[in-house]
Amino acid sequence: MSPIVLMSTPMTSVSALAPASPVVTAAGTSASAFPWLTLIGAIPLLGALLLFALPGRAQVGRALALGFSLLAFVVSVVAATRFDPGSTAQFQLGERLEWIPQFGVSYSLGVDGMGIAMIVMSTIIVPVCVLAGWHDVPEGGRRRNVYFAWMLLLEAMIIGVFASTDVFLFYVFFEAMLVPVYFLIGSYGGPQRHAAATKFLLVSLAGGLVMLAAVIGVYVLGPGGPDGFLVERLTGLSFDPLVERLLFVGFFLAFAIKAPMWPVHTWLPQAASQATPATSTLLVGILDKVGTFGMIRFCLQMFPEASRWATPVVIVLALVSIVFGAAVAIGQDDMLRLIAYTSISHFGFIVLGIFAFTHVAGAGSVLYMVNHGFSTAAMFLMAGMLAQRRGSVRISDYGGWQRVTPVLAGCFLVTGLATLSLPGMGSFVSEFLVMLGTFQRYPWAAAVSSLGIILAAIYILLWYQRVMTGPKPEGLERVPDLTGREKWVMAPLIAAFLVLGFYPAPVLDVINPSVSSTLQHAGVTEPRPTNPAPAGAMNGSAK
Amino acid sequence: MTTLPLSLPTAVAAADAAVAPAQGMAGVAWLLVALPLAGAALLLLVRRPLERVGPIIATVLSWGSFVVGAILLVEMIGRSPEARAQHLTLFSWLPVGTFSLDAGMLIDQLSVTFVLLITFVGSLIHVYSLGYMAHDPDRRKFFAFLNLFVAAMLLLVTADSYLLLYVGWEGVGLASYLLIGFWNWNPPYASAANKAFIANRIGDFGLGLAIMAMFATFGTVTITGVDRAAQAAGDQAGTMLTVIGFLLLLGACGKSAQFPLQSWLGDAMAGPTPVSALIHAATMVTAGVYLVVRAHPVYDHAPVAALAVTIVGAITLTMGAIIGCAKDDIKKALAASTMSQIGYMMLAAGLGPVGYAFAIFHLVTHGFFKAGMFLGAGSVMHGMGDRVDMRTFGGLSGKMKITWATFLCGWLAIIGFPFLSGFFSKDKIIEAAFVGEGWRPWVFGLTTMLVAGLTAFYMSRLFFMTFHGKRRWLEDDHPHESPASMTVPMIILAVGSVALGGVLQAGGFLDWLAPVTGGHAGAAHHEPVLPIPVITGGTLLLVALGVGLAWARYWRADVPVTAPAGSWLTRAAARDFYQDDVNHGLLVVPGNALVEAATLADDSGVDQGTDGVGRAVLGASTRLARLQNGFVRSYALTMLLGVVLVLAAVWMVQS
Repeated sequence: MSPIVLMSTPMTSVSALAPASPVVTAAGTSASAFPWLTLIGAIPLLGALLLFALPGRAQVGRALALGFSLLAFVVSVVAATRFDPGSTAQFQLGERLEWIPQFGVSYSLGVDGMGIAMIVMSTIIVPVCVLAGWHDVPEGGRRRNVYFAWMLLLEAMIIGVFASTDVFLFYVFFEAMLVPVYFLIGSYGGPQRHAAATKFLLVSLAGGLVMLAAVIGVYVLGPGGPDGFLVERLTGLSFDPLVERLLFVGFFLAFAIKAPMWPVHTWLPQAASQATPATSTLLVGILDKVGTFGMIRFCLQMFPEASRWATPVVIVLALVSIVFGAAVAIGQDDMLRLIAYTSISHFGFIVLGIFAFTHVAGAGSVLYMVNHGFSTAAMFLMAGMLAQRRGSVRISDYGGWQRVTPVLAGCFLVTGLATLSLPGMGSFVSEFLVMLGTFQRYPWAAAVSSLGIILAAIYILLWYQRVMTGPKPEGLERVPDLTGREKWVMAPLIAAFLVLGFYPAPVLDVINPSVSSTLQHAGVTEPRPTNPAPAGAMNGSAK
Repeated sequence: MTTLPLSLPTAVAAADAAVAPAQGMAGVAWLLVALPLAGAALLLLVRRPLERVGPIIATVLSWGSFVVGAILLVEMIGRSPEARAQHLTLFSWLPVGTFSLDAGMLIDQLSVTFVLLITFVGSLIHVYSLGYMAHDPDRRKFFAFLNLFVAAMLLLVTADSYLLLYVGWEGVGLASYLLIGFWNWNPPYASAANKAFIANRIGDFGLGLAIMAMFATFGTVTITGVDRAAQAAGDQAGTMLTVIGFLLLLGACGKSAQFPLQSWLGDAMAGPTPVSALIHAATMVTAGVYLVVRAHPVYDHAPVAALAVTIVGAITLTMGAIIGCAKDDIKKALAASTMSQIGYMMLAAGLGPVGYAFAIFHLVTHGFFKAGMFLGAGSVMHGMGDRVDMRTFGGLSGKMKITWATFLCGWLAIIGFPFLSGFFSKDKIIEAAFVGEGWRPWVFGLTTMLVAGLTAFYMSRLFFMTFHGKRRWLEDDHPHESPASMTVPMIILAVGSVALGGVLQAGGFLDWLAPVTGGHAGAAHHEPVLPIPVITGGTLLLVALGVGLAWARYWRADVPVTAPAGSWLTRAAARDFYQDDVNHGLLVVPGNALVEAATLADDSGVDQGTDGVGRAVLGASTRLARLQNGFVRSYALTMLLGVVLVLAAVWMVQS
């Protein structure tokens, strides 16, 4: 149903331009004079439709896909420059159209700092995936065009998810994005792709179903009216505690499946091992972030009481995800499954930071969502480059490749170091902030999560050792090192690791207000240092 | 940054008081890190054109950092002692609400001391490597990693916050990993690199948690902020300070190869010998000592943690010395000696204000004579077909005169021959160890004194087995002296081994450090439990005994080419006191069990569970699908059903 919705929106929303200058509405969304968010989503949607319509013999399909995804990236960057981190509005770049006023559903878009960060991260990763998937459909033709069309359609849906400020609209995008993923896995994956795609779909639908009930429940119990699904109208409500907890669980379960948290993670390793590396990247790097995004946007803001009630359980589950995911990753021989398990471990950190209810941990989590997008993308794509050369994703089929493909080995190592959160890499900043903020409230949880950094060193370095080191393998003299195209795939990702590692301040500045606002809605106060430093301490102190 | 108030709440704090905004060279102190970092980036990114000139560029940039450091020193000497510490804010690094951290540099007496040690020894080793690695096809990469190491190490010692220090801390760990595994087509070398990184990560776990605890307790992670908060809080925050002290110690143990995280250092000798000299002897492995001394305000109020530092030092210095007696591999014997000598520094650092300055003093002199001896070992290997087994050396003094002479200086320095570098620095530690009340001065003092004798024994054994006695060479050995690019750095380090201790002693190095290390001035009030001449005399006697014993067994007597079985102690020491077996039992076996259990649980338990739910849903929806003919419709219906059910439930709860 959602493609229809989106198709009609570019025209209508442009025709219904908001007033010329940004206005802070009473509801806390500053409207935008230009529908930036709709435009960012419409570009890949248009590209997808074009690719679906292209005749099979057209060879320009993938070039078009790259062009559209790069255009979306450029527009998202321009939109990000219009975003004002100093604004007091909860959402910016707002757009609003009536859709089904009888049920309070509206086409309402807007972003806070977290939203714009996720959108820009997504529009960076999609063109990288298009480039990485250049040869994924060797037979070419219509089948190849459709592959890239699904990718672009997925991008459009994901941007819709991150930009929706209407809970129902969010839900529509949330479910609609399953469709392109289902086809990306089920039609283009490995030998067991059908089983993997079906499992993914069923588990996601099960979560989505429970969430739908909660979505409707929120409307029924909320203020109602023609904009009764707007996030800003649904925050700060007081529910009956039991109802609030039920609604919380409804949302949380769907998000935990998507995130994926232990023990509802099992669809991921299977999906990741069957999908193409580009699909896995989109799946884990971007789509799974919707889970943690949803926890912050909906669980914490709409159900603060219930969120605090659930905190002990969620923290334990997050810690289990961290340690368990990392431990299982160590034992994997399939590179793609290994990456999937590392992600389960990393998502544990993100969830931990969200439910630590401190500013530092919260900002760390949001930043982690961005950094993990880049590092996971790089991991999956490197694994794909290896598999393309060797025809296997089993680690035991490799050894000594550093002598054959030194540049590939170097990129692989840098990517691995980002995954094990080496300082200097963006992932370190976010992981450390999560632990630092968690320690303020739950020192023992922070200590247990720190075990994750030791285990991460083990699964990454053992992997590198088994694939890259050792004597030069026989019969691989003609295996090429990274091609120019592959270097262009890796360069932006590695640049992102380093920039976000040494100078994350611009991103943090954008994220901070949304974290403060979330914590305000959640009604928590920051823990204070027990023995604060005397006034005038130089730097890094509570200000 | 904000200027600090001139008057501070407590008198103890006065030592760390004056941190002025950076002026002069300190204003561009970031060049220290930037020059070698740029070299590393350049050499790694521009590949083919730099295969030949790359090593030269890297060496020049490393000397560039030394020049910056030397100017910093000269400027610093020109200021009055209390105005020497300077602070430079670089950029806003982590602005996160209540936690707002700038990246900045703290240029004080302690950091400048390290800067000069790192850049001078580091640059000499760059020069040495020009000769040593001349024929290695990957030398461009080698020099890139060396530059990366220098940059990270300089960041470590100049960082103004513990978190930025942590960046350098793991950065040197990375450089160490890359260089240990430089020849990683040899599988054991790749394993050695992993072992080093993972053992260090266990230590980093401690350092990371210490930083978190600092923030939770004091609301700051800057070095000056924590110093002042710890001093202000004093015993009120005693428990947290003890926790932080232990966590920092764990970090120090990982990086400095102290008990119980010592096992990686021996294996790290897999790296090229210049790496062993620079990273695994002179600089990186001493970072743990730097950390403890840097964080001394924490230990000043956490006596239990400080005692733990001393005990760790005492155990390691003894253990390293015994292992050193049993090793036939020249590099592993030197590695054991490094462990032992860093044990001395740790012990001194744990003694409190009486020992901080001595720990750093010994660290600096050790950096010179140990690096010199490692380079000497490299020179010997260069001439002996890259072999390391001392049982096949012997009588090399005639063939490699410069190597022999420089090694002689290092050997005399480390055993504490009167008026050479080690005599001044190690003797001070032994004296300090005899200070205190109750059992401690006797245990620590006698340990350091006896091990001084043991040190003399194993270092003389190494020296005699290599350079003296009968020639036990293999048939096609043609030992020869190394080229000037290698011998000149050795000669310079030998001069340092001889003279540096005396020069620093005479030049007032301990007083120079006093504003940072605090209580050195108070040392006058602490008298050792034995008179100083007795301590010095006793130590010299034990040293002479050790040398004599080694002379009898390894110079005068024939050394068998195959190692004799030896006593149980020798066998245990040769196997590093079964450290790998212990780690295997304590860490690897349970770790593997965890991995296997988790994997099994995931494959059978959790997955079956969700699959079961999946099958149930699938079964239901297939039945629905049969009714409704089509998947989408069945989904719509399921949704509808679910909605109705949940709404009914909500309605019932509400009413």
